[in-house]
Amino acid sequence: MVILWTDGLIFTLVLAIAISVGMMLRKPHFKRPLAKITQSKTSMVSLVILLCFAGVGLLDSVHYKDSRTGEIISLLDHVAKPLTEQTERTYSAPFSAYLYSKEMIIHDDGREKWDYPRLKYGAAHLDNPAQQKWPDILSKAAIGLGKGVLLALLLYLVFWMIRGRKSAEPYRPASKAALLTLFAIISLFYMLAYLSHWYHVLGTDKVGEDVFYQTLKSIRTGLVIGTLTTLMMLPLAIGFGIMAGFFRGWVDDVIQFIYTTLNSIPGVLLIAASILMVQVYMANHPEQFASVLIRADMRLLFLCLILGVTSWTGLCRMLRAETLKVREMEFVQAAESLGVTRPTILIRHILPNVMHIVLISVVLDFSSLVLAEAVLSYINIGVDPTTYSWGNMINGARLEMARDPVVWWPLSAAFLFMFTLVLAANLFADTVRNAFDPRRAEHG
Amino acid sequence: MAEPLLQVKNLSVSFQQDTVVDAIDFDIYGGESFALVGESGSGKSITALSVLRLLPNNANIQADSIALKGQNMLTIPEIDFCRWRGRRIGLIFQDPMSSLNPVMTIGAQIAEVIRLHFTLKPADIEQRVLELLQQVEIPAPERRMQEYPHQLSGGLRQRVMIAIALAGRPELLIADEPTTALDVTIQAQVLALLKKIQQQTGMALWLISHDLALVSNMADRIAVMEKGVIVETAPSTAFFKQPKHPYSRKLLAALPDIRHCLGKTATPSTPLLQVNDFKVWYPIHKGLFKRVVDHVRAVDGVSFSLHQGKTLALVGESGCGKTTLGKALLNLVPATGGRVWFDGVDLGQLSDEALRRKRAEIQMIFQDPFAAMNPRMLIADIIAEGLQALRPEISAEQRRQKVLHLLEQVELPASSAIRYPHEFSGGQRQRICIARALAVSPKLIICDEPTSALDVSVQAQILRLLQDLQQQQRLSYLFITHDLAVVGEIADEVAVIYQGKIVEMGAARQVLTAPQHPYTQTLLKAVPELKVT
Repeated sequence: MVILWTDGLIFTLVLAIAISVGMMLRKPHFKRPLAKITQSKTSMVSLVILLCFAGVGLLDSVHYKDSRTGEIISLLDHVAKPLTEQTERTYSAPFSAYLYSKEMIIHDDGREKWDYPRLKYGAAHLDNPAQQKWPDILSKAAIGLGKGVLLALLLYLVFWMIRGRKSAEPYRPASKAALLTLFAIISLFYMLAYLSHWYHVLGTDKVGEDVFYQTLKSIRTGLVIGTLTTLMMLPLAIGFGIMAGFFRGWVDDVIQFIYTTLNSIPGVLLIAASILMVQVYMANHPEQFASVLIRADMRLLFLCLILGVTSWTGLCRMLRAETLKVREMEFVQAAESLGVTRPTILIRHILPNVMHIVLISVVLDFSSLVLAEAVLSYINIGVDPTTYSWGNMINGARLEMARDPVVWWPLSAAFLFMFTLVLAANLFADTVRNAFDPRRAEHG
Repeated sequence: MAEPLLQVKNLSVSFQQDTVVDAIDFDIYGGESFALVGESGSGKSITALSVLRLLPNNANIQADSIALKGQNMLTIPEIDFCRWRGRRIGLIFQDPMSSLNPVMTIGAQIAEVIRLHFTLKPADIEQRVLELLQQVEIPAPERRMQEYPHQLSGGLRQRVMIAIALAGRPELLIADEPTTALDVTIQAQVLALLKKIQQQTGMALWLISHDLALVSNMADRIAVMEKGVIVETAPSTAFFKQPKHPYSRKLLAALPDIRHCLGKTATPSTPLLQVNDFKVWYPIHKGLFKRVVDHVRAVDGVSFSLHQGKTLALVGESGCGKTTLGKALLNLVPATGGRVWFDGVDLGQLSDEALRRKRAEIQMIFQDPFAAMNPRMLIADIIAEGLQALRPEISAEQRRQKVLHLLEQVELPASSAIRYPHEFSGGQRQRICIARALAVSPKLIICDEPTSALDVSVQAQILRLLQDLQQQQRLSYLFITHDLAVVGEIADEVAVIYQGKIVEMGAARQVLTAPQHPYTQTLLKAVPELKVT
């Protein structure tokens, strides 16, 4: 068992989220907004999709040293072992039996031919791919789907037995939609995994690695950037924002000065500078970074840190404004006249009443951070080039799109996954905002 | 009698399962003023909006007929009905600030309505705008029509709203709480104006109000509404002579009466709070380096003393500095000058920590009971907060006992302790606020308009509770209010504040019956009194 820095932080975060959700469930005034979220079909479907992404990401966050090779691998690598080992020489299209570039092939009888060679693993079990391939894919897909459906049904049965027959009546349509989504995801995913034994379902990249595997690995990177950055920025934003709004005067001036200054420096410049600094540090201290994975992880963590430092100002400004409003509320003045000390007022009266803003902006920021990672990797100041990430895949696509014929699948795969994740996160954030915004909660 | 101008038969309005208006009938005749009276939430505004078909889509309106001059309004398509609103039925809302468009001059806003309903030449429109502004008695109408809403005072804004409502020459004018947001002297002027215009034009006036005293001066006929049902309709004179329905009687009995101050007798006691030349000035900053160029003198040299077990009422109109004075005494707003002796101690001389402890003996009850409690805390925690802060040595169990005792004192059930503020009505919340103030055993409670957000029957209960507590615990009240009738109910002494200064002070009886200062006289004259003929 090896715990990388980001792993530790991710699991701490998961624990914190679980505890806070548990605490929220016990507070009656959270019940109504939570019920609103669970009653909305869109939000439940998005939540299920998000949870599936999170599941893959968490699976990829449990690292250990492989006893055979001595490399650090994750549970996901273990599960997807065939994918990691079945590497081709270079590009091949999804479900293809041939390589994407011509090579000199020497036949058994000594004849030479300039042609597309067969893949080492993709569709290698077929004798005559031209005729056999599609019927084989279809039959295998059907089998895979069937098995997937069976698995999903089995899971549902287990769930049903644990939970008992008494399902909460008012939540019915939304939970039905959520279950159906889960059902579809499990079946589809199982089908893809099943097909992956014989085919590269999303093709291979320049060095012959399976793109499906890459996209799955990228999920973790996206999630880490999205969540850890938030974790870095929250204390800054909440602390500074509330203090500026509550104490006003010189405290407010200082904090406002800090964030306006920070805002006026181009974020990309700051990120580029600090990533370069980290690179120099790592080059000078090779002994601290035993393996490539640890190095890449360190860089990822640092990227989160610097993204956090550059992105807290927006939330801070909002919290300051809200605190300015809340501090004039009469219950704050009542507390003051009751002799309650200022720190207590901050924690007990101000913080809970600005929390809805934090919640909303955290969920909204998540999706923009996932996109930011892609942009930063594209200009080479993002994650380590060895880290699998959608940004790196898109970066690679710059050259792939220039080829003729075009290599379209890595970009499409990255796009598809990122799009699904960000869309789900945005839709979910939308419902969360609607549910927690007191002005909207009044009517409807 | 002639055919009614507006005839409403069997009107019901419901939102999802809640029936807000329940099968009501009423008629309004041409040229009369009809008042619909009820407490908040009784459905009176909903009734008016449903007649105008202005309710949101989720409202379910059902009626046998709503007829204007015999024409059933329910069967008219929306596109034609647009021509009716403003043209045949005018409407004035409660808050003149939010009903006017802040980026249009008032002349343009009035002209817009005229253009909508009449085809006139631009010059004629301008002429008509001027005429309307003159009709609502706005001084210097030529200049005013070029101005924007924020340049006008509240009273002038409400006059502009009336002018807009009159622009279509409506047959029926609906006034929904037209003076609630205004000061008492302005309120009297606006009401007089409405009455005058009604007599001039001969239109019908449908007045919606919670204030029986105000209605008694204005209305020919009165309908009392309770929980969506009209319980009594009667001509005004008959109604005030002998209300038939018990609810009407209850409403009338709950009205605070300025004459109650006559029964007060003065008993000597020691002074508890002495304020000397107290000032709260806000600096006005200008220029690059924020030089202080002048001050807004919110409270400007106020001196008074308050005796133990007594109530001193600070009376004044909005913006006169009375709330600022209350908050500055608690040090919630920094004071600029002057000295405050409380219980023989000069508060200005105390250290921060000593002040924090001493200040707990002065508590405050706020105007808006909805904003005065943290919505995320349980009632028990809200009440116990002061105890926790000032006397952390008390055990949790003792605190719990104390909270239950306090709830009993303010006549709330013990089960309230584990509920949240939003589960309570306005009056109940004000009781909780009182319990919270009492928790730290104060000697002085500053009551900042504690009843102005409450219905009249609830107001009477809260005032009685405050009086009972005063007798039991020898509390002193500094009672900040704009309502002279409430002052008559509760105050021993009265100080009238005008532009940050006390212009008249003395025993309640003396000030309220024989006012010396002209401002006090204007105030008293403006109070709508129940007209019983």
